[in-house]
Amino acid sequence: MTDLATETRRPETTAVSYEPERQPVLTVRDLHVTFSRGGRRIHAVNGLSYTLRAGRTLAIIGESGSGKSVSVRALMGLLPPSATVRGSALLGDTELVGMSDRAMRRIRGNDISMIFQDPARSLNPTMSIGLQITEAIRTHSDLDKKAAADRAVELLKLVRLPAPERRYHEYPHQLSGGMRQRVMIAIALAADPKVLIADEATTALDVTTQAQIMELLADLQDRLGTSVIMISHDLGLAASYAHEVLVMYAGQAVEHAETNTLFRNVRMPYTKALLGAIPQLTTVPHSQLTVIGGHPPDLAALPSGCPFAPRCNRATENCRLDKPPLDEHEPGHLYACWHPYLPGSEDEPVPVDEEAVS
Amino acid sequence: MTTIETTRPQPASAVPEPILSVENLVQEFVTRGPGGVKAGVVHAVSDVSFDLFPGETLGIVGETGSGKSTLARAIIGVDRPKSGVVRFLGRDLMGLSKRDLKRARKDIQMVYQDPFGSLNPRWRVEDVVAEPLLGHTTMGRHERRERVRELLDLVGLNPDTYARRRPMELSGGQAQRVAIARAIALNPALVICDEAISSLDVLIQAQVLNLFEKLRSELGLSYVFIAHDLATVKQISDRVAVMHLGQLAEIGPAEEIYRAPRHPYTKALLDSIPGLDPETGIAKRPVPLTGEPPSPLNPPSGCRFRTRCPRAQELCAEVEPRLVEHEPGHFASCHFPLEDPATFSVDSLRGSIRSTGSAAPVVAPDEDAPGPAGVDIDADEPSPEAPDVPVAPDPPLLLGQTGEVRRGTDLL
Repeated sequence: MTDLATETRRPETTAVSYEPERQPVLTVRDLHVTFSRGGRRIHAVNGLSYTLRAGRTLAIIGESGSGKSVSVRALMGLLPPSATVRGSALLGDTELVGMSDRAMRRIRGNDISMIFQDPARSLNPTMSIGLQITEAIRTHSDLDKKAAADRAVELLKLVRLPAPERRYHEYPHQLSGGMRQRVMIAIALAADPKVLIADEATTALDVTTQAQIMELLADLQDRLGTSVIMISHDLGLAASYAHEVLVMYAGQAVEHAETNTLFRNVRMPYTKALLGAIPQLTTVPHSQLTVIGGHPPDLAALPSGCPFAPRCNRATENCRLDKPPLDEHEPGHLYACWHPYLPGSEDEPVPVDEEAVS
Repeated sequence: MTTIETTRPQPASAVPEPILSVENLVQEFVTRGPGGVKAGVVHAVSDVSFDLFPGETLGIVGETGSGKSTLARAIIGVDRPKSGVVRFLGRDLMGLSKRDLKRARKDIQMVYQDPFGSLNPRWRVEDVVAEPLLGHTTMGRHERRERVRELLDLVGLNPDTYARRRPMELSGGQAQRVAIARAIALNPALVICDEAISSLDVLIQAQVLNLFEKLRSELGLSYVFIAHDLATVKQISDRVAVMHLGQLAEIGPAEEIYRAPRHPYTKALLDSIPGLDPETGIAKRPVPLTGEPPSPLNPPSGCRFRTRCPRAQELCAEVEPRLVEHEPGHFASCHFPLEDPATFSVDSLRGSIRSTGSAAPVVAPDEDAPGPAGVDIDADEPSPEAPDVPVAPDPPLLLGQTGEVRRGTDLL
């Protein structure tokens, strides 16, 4: 909107409210996911690390195929048998990687639960929504039928579904997309999980409904203290609702910081490209958007250097040879780039620093 | 504010003949319960009229179920509308026989949301693009081949690499380019894009939007560009029509619609977009509407938006608002339209608040009004350009919710 454009540039945020005192809920370290398909090994996630803290929202953003969904499905044991998961993911003290299916079933829905993009396909069309919520409650607790039904209505109230007592007996096809997503959230929250993963949870919804659902999630997080991982390709949505943002490209994190720090001091050219491609309410009709050419790399044959180098206008020879590590170059701001956009060097290729390369 | 009652919104400078004119289009579907008993009527499109001029792009925006796609389908005659007139290049499409309609459609093409769903998976790219040429032209095989290569080149696909591929071997963006090549194969006058970029990634979206722009200027195409997101439509549209539950809520020049939306629904759509300024990195958190969209089976009496409208009063339930011209070519159907922020004064703000009985404090529409909480997510950071005038705590959001005024910085 016009108000954003006219606002003068804010000073660089240097002091990051990193809040190390918040309890880590989920600690992911060097996560790798590989799929074997027809003799080819597809490296979907390549060494992803992050820490999710209590009551915080982490947004993982990236294009299709960047590995954002695969990385969270790996945590919940929801990947097909062709997938191999390596690394570590600690939920409290429990290691999720390599956990047996049986043990995972106790964790899933209980400590960590997920809402998906398409609520119509996630709900059983032949069961009333009340029964589906009751089923989720009874799977994770020893409440009797009556108590579980009461709790279900309570949950429907919590997610602000209009007329919960009546809706309890209705079927998914009788609800709108937004109401179905509310039901999905109610089911996901049935066992009061520590971590809620929203995998493109509002992508299929109208922009008006999306705003309602996101406000609901933010409100529930305030009230219940749930930690949220939100997977999205919408930078505006991530910037509006997440505390922390992690940008993924070709299965790895390329930039990671507090939301304000990241979007106000974008360093990585890929993040810059994503930002530049968002259609703005301020763009002039018939203007051309800044685009980058090329395609994400083939995940079965990743280049040895920076995976973004072939599409990057700042790339030099060493980018193609050496992969930049994801380092904390500034307090609380991690990025993987040899030639970041630094203040004062806007749009000028940074001279190659031989030491940094070697 | 001029209030000239008309039913046919026309742009300010109505010089040329419109290539497409839609008059009082109505499309209804009967739903049937068990045993084929008539259960209800879905009012998908109710009395929609607009004109489209050569070389112009009209963006049509609205929520799911607002009738945007039904309108598109009615225009090309896939589903014949219940009543109304669709005039294309001077001919009434509704009166045509099936055969003549097929011939007329040569000049209207469509691009759909899911490129993979609209491309035959067993055909090669060159066959997909050549198909319209087979049916509508007398080109020989060699000529056709050349035309296909030319078209692929035009949409940015290298013919040597892509002509022999099948849809499965393409990415989403490439597949959409093939669908676009097919759509422009017959040199149409009008291309209807039904959510053509909605399923693409943001980087690919930008590429395809740029392609649409390039084709418009090179081939002189007119577009009807349907989307659910006002932000994507902004960059491509000359005029924007906002649909709500089968009706036009607002139609006007794109810049006007975004700068000074008159219909509260348009304002709500704009407010729902999560924004992010690429320069400053400042996010704009959405301000959601309350309530569910009403069912098109049983639309509310009077104004169909009144159940969710923060400005609704008794009149809205009784009388259906008609499209009223506020600025030249800018129409909105609302009894209590929003004011143009440019002609906005403190007095009008006070008056409008009093009229709804809201006790919201008044913010001086100071030029230096700070980014309110709804705009700036970093509320802790002191605003460097904070003015000296005292500002009531959190007033912008409060005022925004009453729907009476635009938030602080919008006044700039």
